[in-house]
Amino acid sequence: MQLIDLTGRAQDRWAHVGDEDPIPAEGPVIVPAARLFEVAEGRETGIHVGNDTDPEDLVPLFDRLQLVSVAFPSFADGRGFSIGRKLRALGFDGTLRASGPVIADQFAYLIACGFDEVCIPDALAERQPPEQWEAARRLISAGYQRGLGAGRSILDARTGR
Amino acid sequence: MYRYDEFDHRFVQERVAEFRSQVTRRLDGSLNENEFKPLRLMNGLYLQLHAYMLRVAIPYGTLDSARMRMLAHIAEKWDRGYGHFTTRQNIQFNWPKLSDVPDILDALASVEMHAIQTSGNCIRNTTSDPYAGVAADEVEDPRITAELIRQWSSLHPEFTFLGRKFKIAVTGSAEDRTALKVHDIGIQIVRNTAGETGYRVLVGGGLGRTPMIAKELRAFLPREDLLPYLEAALRVYNLHGRRDNKYKARIKILVHEIGIEEYARQVEAEFAALDRDAIAAPVEEVARIAAYFAPPKLAARPAESTAFERARQVDPGFAAWASQNTFPHRVPGYVAATISLKPIGGAPGDATAEQMRAMADLAEKYSRDELRVTHEQNVVLPHVALDDLHSVYRGLAGVGLDAPNKGLVTDIVACPGLDYCALATARSIPVAQNIARRFGSTARQKEIGPLSIKISGCINACGHHHVGHIGILGLDKAGVESYQITLGGDATETAALGDRTGPGFGYDEVADVIEKLVDRYIELREVPQETFLQTYRRVGMEPFKEAIYATH
Repeated sequence: MQLIDLTGRAQDRWAHVGDEDPIPAEGPVIVPAARLFEVAEGRETGIHVGNDTDPEDLVPLFDRLQLVSVAFPSFADGRGFSIGRKLRALGFDGTLRASGPVIADQFAYLIACGFDEVCIPDALAERQPPEQWEAARRLISAGYQRGLGAGRSILDARTGR
Repeated sequence: MYRYDEFDHRFVQERVAEFRSQVTRRLDGSLNENEFKPLRLMNGLYLQLHAYMLRVAIPYGTLDSARMRMLAHIAEKWDRGYGHFTTRQNIQFNWPKLSDVPDILDALASVEMHAIQTSGNCIRNTTSDPYAGVAADEVEDPRITAELIRQWSSLHPEFTFLGRKFKIAVTGSAEDRTALKVHDIGIQIVRNTAGETGYRVLVGGGLGRTPMIAKELRAFLPREDLLPYLEAALRVYNLHGRRDNKYKARIKILVHEIGIEEYARQVEAEFAALDRDAIAAPVEEVARIAAYFAPPKLAARPAESTAFERARQVDPGFAAWASQNTFPHRVPGYVAATISLKPIGGAPGDATAEQMRAMADLAEKYSRDELRVTHEQNVVLPHVALDDLHSVYRGLAGVGLDAPNKGLVTDIVACPGLDYCALATARSIPVAQNIARRFGSTARQKEIGPLSIKISGCINACGHHHVGHIGILGLDKAGVESYQITLGGDATETAALGDRTGPGFGYDEVADVIEKLVDRYIELREVPQETFLQTYRRVGMEPFKEAIYATH
């Protein structure tokens, strides 16, 4: 997997732990939501959630989480966009990561929905290197929607807000 | 009519540049075919049976002459000289080359048009009443709301990869001319008891293989809450709509499965949690859009026109056309005139470049430079003075667009069917042509009265057959075309889905069957004013069934 954020290719300092993997003794770690209880409090912690997760269920965990990774099983399955927006609306202010085969053409939408970074399969990153993500993100300079996390809305630009 | 400002222009130009780069990235392998497909669909580009098809958005069906002339130009330069107006008030070109598409999109952008979201699993072109700004019963011009939704829904970051397509219609009148109840969301502008305008919101209607009539989600939504409420409604759908089966992924299935009460509860909870002020359009912005739809200043005229009366007497063809193809205008001395794209023997909804230019010229000269595309696949000139109506008629007659059949048995809605479409299981256009020829006589059509026939060439129901008074669905039965008939469908405020008569009929039998149904209706009706639909609702299926299945 390759990590891409607004600065381009980024170093992933988080250990990804699956359902069966042992949890490393130290360092930042992303675990499945169900294994959160296995991680000591006070440690840098992230959870990985499916796109059928109800974001409201995560609210009690916000204090413990520095990162939430939302699964995108396919780039065409857009549930994660709504999960991102809801998590931000509910007050999550840690790192929001989209994990799965999302494509460069969705980068701007992901950022607008509150995501900070994407973690994509290596083969996809090879076809779509970070320069493509950066270029695709900048193609549409402003959108019409208001109330999003990033960028200025055309509606606000028109009224000088 | 809405005009682009610098922001709209830049947005559409950037969108074209984005698509150009996506085509390049497809060709160099950065995007694979699976990834490219939804991107091209969201730019209106389909791969059809014989070629690519480009569907161009005509927001809420409103055009001016410059835009109509550009469509003619595109038809001539990049296609085969014609285009097809669709039931979503759009136009599609059936033969463009992939490599020409970015240039076509540039040409469209030069007249403030685009092909954004005319396909794909996103919010599609928002449709509206072709008589917006004309109908006397209108609370408010629905295009103000439709334009607000067009902008909000364009490239919405959260709702561009939905489970399935999403269609919204807006009407400003109680008499529904937008097929509101068969939309994913239908919005009716209403006035509450306090005299405030707001929205009645319907949800979960649709056709396709599981047709459903929309249910009421909100009886009255304050107008400033429109966009936040739509965000809440779409978010609940995006999160909870089915993704396991594309045929069960429309919002109508979600609403049906969890029930309208539960869906409404979730939407209201989501809506209550939203920061409405952050999402709603500023009042200045709504006012800015509304100004573009201010009623045209039509000079007061006498309600009666001597020129019109004289022309009616000397030109019986004109008299027949004027009585059938006009709609009352709220300003005395004017009418809205329907240009039927259903000449006997033609392909429903098709227009040649020459015909498009003739319509553009007439609009410029006689209709305040405005045209409307209807979901019945016709075109309306909304503001024609009675004094000018004969000139309009002669102009239309010169290009074969003078069919006096609006709302009659030959005003048939048909999808492209097996002649163009990769999904079709049967022909639609030739079936429509056969029926139209059978009832070609103007006098006979007039005697039959209002009758809507709608034909789909497959179960996806693009021809809206479920809501035709007579619906025809073409299927493939072991390699042979078979046509199922439904009766009693209705797309208006009294919406109903048609009932199947029984086993299907062969391609060659359809026109005979329709004629038997029509003859039986004439026998059954109590007075000539009783329409086919009224008769069907009074007597039910049996006598019609007997007419087409009994062996005499």
